[in-house]
Amino acid sequence: MEIKMVNLTKIFISKGKKEVHAVDHVDLVIPSGKLIGLLGPSGCGKSTTLYLIAGLLRQTEGQIYFGEEEMSETPPEKRGIGLVFQNYALYPHMTVRENILFPLENLRVEKEEAKKRTYDMAKLVGLEEMLDRKPKELSGGQQQRVAIARALVKTPRVLLLDEPLSNLDARLRLQTREEIKRIQRETKITTVFVTHDQEEAMSISDEIVVMKDGVIQQMGEPQAVYDKPANLFVAKFLGNPQINVFDGEIKNKEILIEGMVVGKKDMPDQKIFVGVRPEAFVVDNENQASFRFKVDLVETIGRDTTLIFDMQDDSENILDKKTFKAIIDAGFRIKADDIVHFNIKPDKMHLFDLNGNIL
Amino acid sequence: MEKKNNLRAWLYLAPLLILMAVFTFYPLINAFIVSSYKGYLPLSGTADGIDLFYNYGVILKNPLFKKAIINTFIIAGVSVPVSIFLSLLIAVSLKSIPKLKGLFQTIYFLPYVTNTIAIGMAFAFMFHEDYGVINLILGWFGVSPVNWLGGTATYAAQMIALLILTIWNGLAFKILVFTSGLENIDKQYYDAAKIDSASKWTVFKRITVPLLSPLILYISITSVIGALKAYNSVVGLFGDVKLGAQNNSMITIVAFVYQYKDGYTDKGYISYAAAASIILFFITAVISILQTIVSKKRVHY
Repeated sequence: MEIKMVNLTKIFISKGKKEVHAVDHVDLVIPSGKLIGLLGPSGCGKSTTLYLIAGLLRQTEGQIYFGEEEMSETPPEKRGIGLVFQNYALYPHMTVRENILFPLENLRVEKEEAKKRTYDMAKLVGLEEMLDRKPKELSGGQQQRVAIARALVKTPRVLLLDEPLSNLDARLRLQTREEIKRIQRETKITTVFVTHDQEEAMSISDEIVVMKDGVIQQMGEPQAVYDKPANLFVAKFLGNPQINVFDGEIKNKEILIEGMVVGKKDMPDQKIFVGVRPEAFVVDNENQASFRFKVDLVETIGRDTTLIFDMQDDSENILDKKTFKAIIDAGFRIKADDIVHFNIKPDKMHLFDLNGNIL
Repeated sequence: MEKKNNLRAWLYLAPLLILMAVFTFYPLINAFIVSSYKGYLPLSGTADGIDLFYNYGVILKNPLFKKAIINTFIIAGVSVPVSIFLSLLIAVSLKSIPKLKGLFQTIYFLPYVTNTIAIGMAFAFMFHEDYGVINLILGWFGVSPVNWLGGTATYAAQMIALLILTIWNGLAFKILVFTSGLENIDKQYYDAAKIDSASKWTVFKRITVPLLSPLILYISITSVIGALKAYNSVVGLFGDVKLGAQNNSMITIVAFVYQYKDGYTDKGYISYAAAASIILFFITAVISILQTIVSKKRVHY
């Protein structure tokens, strides 16, 4: 089921009578059968968008369509959606079986059929042995899977997940991530999930939608968005460690950082921001490449070495120092205080104007 | 060290323990003792002897005591479930009108801070056969005036009037407790239920009531105990002499105790009162224990 949002806006009135545009004129088409990650920092409107799709919140303006059908005024119980809440919201007084069965009872599904579907769903999420337990007797990951089963058992047209992994520990998170992906592949239900964790979004989504201040910044396949960010915000939000942002300039069609040439760009002279991914640095000490810096700190973890350096030494306060990171192969023997020369891979370097838009 | 701490703990507990010893434990034990005297006269301090069960035998044969027990059980049996159900409904409805909630909460709480006797008198006016508002309203629907409280009122009419008063009087506190209980239920359960296409009634029955069940248990135990001690409402509605439209027609166990206690100048009456209060004590204890056992299976968490 394709989900289409047209000019979708949600305005909250805060205590001081101030209008907060949680979702601001969003136009978005979520393709049928795909797993879409809504990604952004907290307060960016991603959860609000999800709740608007669910119908638990009513939009101030705009329309929502499921396929050809307009859903804007339809109450949540009639939208045919499954929703997994951040805290799962499993009914604590019901067993796993009763929890999964509950939506079917409300939809007056015939008893034998409902029983069978409950069992099948429990099996899909690997909990057929736990049907008679209460939620509090389950681990976080198991509770999470019950919530998914409850959302899926009524074969919804759309599955919505609100920060589904945020309450799990790191190991479970990886495991559940795969699980969600597998279940989505098997059921082929259009799935939208909200997260603030870029790694999570990038690893399981077919496409990601990056939001900020209620406005969609960019949508696309995770790698495509990572490789070609539309603006500085997206570039900074995706990737760990974060992209390095240098104050630079274009002069005589050359890109300069602190007067050092790092590349070429056929553009008029201007001040710019140069975004360089940490993995873009290539050590080139033999040819004395023009971009060089003095290494402050070296961290070697496994196969990678992270070099930490700062450009301007004028700042007295250590906390004010703007530091940068370069990830290189651990094979290079580099110590702190070494001066290292680098080439920068052009496809990992992004130029932005002073407003943060890509050049 | 250990001993010192113990002493300190006892000191902290002392004020309450002393008060309870004087006003709860001593009277309770004393009631047991008095209930075992035969032909006791408190003024002269004389008795014909000690017989553990004599007084119980006398009052259990007393038709007035039987009537008191029946009346008390009807009051508790009807008013408690009805008022719990009504107060739950009101608390849930209050939740859906957040703007007027404060106002209505205040209105519903007023009976709690009003004297029961005064409320009884107000109800007595409302139930008046000729001038009462109840008959006026019933008249709009073509019902001819009912004699609720007058000298020839039927048993059913007076009991209904008494029950309405008791139920209404008990709503305030229950609504207060349930509203605060509802606030503590995570809103997400209701969102989840909406997504799960549950109707309003299903949500009430399958989500709200089970999640409130610990509070419902607490309320039902305390209000059963309260209802078994019914007295003020009868006095308010009928006065403390008649205790009913006909003499003693609405007598309760506590009213029975009062009547015989007041007759302490008659031989053995104070022992009858003591025996009746001990019976009430056991009824209350047994019902409370039963309630706890039964609901252990039905109360979640």
